[in-house]
Amino acid sequence: MDAFTPGASTLGGVLIGLATALTLLLNGKIAGISGVVGRILRPAPGDALWRVWFVAGLIAGGALTFALLPASKAALDFSHAGVGLMALAGLFVGLGTRVGGGCTSGHGVCGISRGSTGGIAATCTFMAVAGLVVFARGKVGG
Amino acid sequence: MRHALHFVSGLLFAAGLVISGMANPHKVVAFLDVAGGKWDPSLAFVMVGAIGSFALLNQLIHRRERPVFEGKLPGRRSDTGVSPRLLGGAALFGLGWGLSGVCPGPALTDVSTLRPEVFAYLGTMLVGMVIAQRVFGMDAPKAPAAPADADAADAATEPPSSVS
Repeated sequence: MDAFTPGASTLGGVLIGLATALTLLLNGKIAGISGVVGRILRPAPGDALWRVWFVAGLIAGGALTFALLPASKAALDFSHAGVGLMALAGLFVGLGTRVGGGCTSGHGVCGISRGSTGGIAATCTFMAVAGLVVFARGKVGG
Repeated sequence: MRHALHFVSGLLFAAGLVISGMANPHKVVAFLDVAGGKWDPSLAFVMVGAIGSFALLNQLIHRRERPVFEGKLPGRRSDTGVSPRLLGGAALFGLGWGLSGVCPGPALTDVSTLRPEVFAYLGTMLVGMVIAQRVFGMDAPKAPAAPADADAADAATEPPSSVS
């Protein structure tokens, strides 16, 4: 059972917005995570290094925040998916985000913020499909 | 050195994912479980906070002619259109997100937990990205001819995959 955390979730969202805006301010790039990662795997000249720094910041930032907020680390719960299912899900996510051109951050945050019809349509689509998957599995609390 | 400042973006992004609850897969599943009787709507507030702050800052940043360091600012508004490729990819992403409760950002943020689930997910995610980029190309085809310079193309014409 997860507690309702509107305050912390809003604050976290603002930090995500700030992070994305900082990258936009620095080099004009839209920092959607799947695009940042995907374009490291097939880099354009001069376009890889900032992405590597960004990803390093994501990994280090997780370590740092979990260290500062031990309760948030203790709350991590992967019980609904074992290693095999996670591997399958990762494959779908890797394929889907690079075919569809975005994930939760690129389409959901940046796309919607910038009035993108594609971003809105993609967000509605992945939210609906993910909701249906969870509904079909019926695993939460079960 | 200028590239290293993006490390700060990554730090802030990760802090946001952890504080908001997005880094916890079970909380994501509880958010997606609208009909499950124990729906936790918290993560809708992540979108409110992130979209609100980024929409505002995007307007402010566009008062500038260009970014601080290099490249060009993308359009104030995005013109990413709806295509079968976009919707198909989004559906496939939704399938993986619903099964795992993990999207690409939290997967990276959770690396320091050293959990095998995280590495299993990240490993196949990277494979999936490589396959998709090889088979389908980096971007969905766009009507106008793309500029020859990939860097300018990314910033100026805002192809769908640069918003990912």
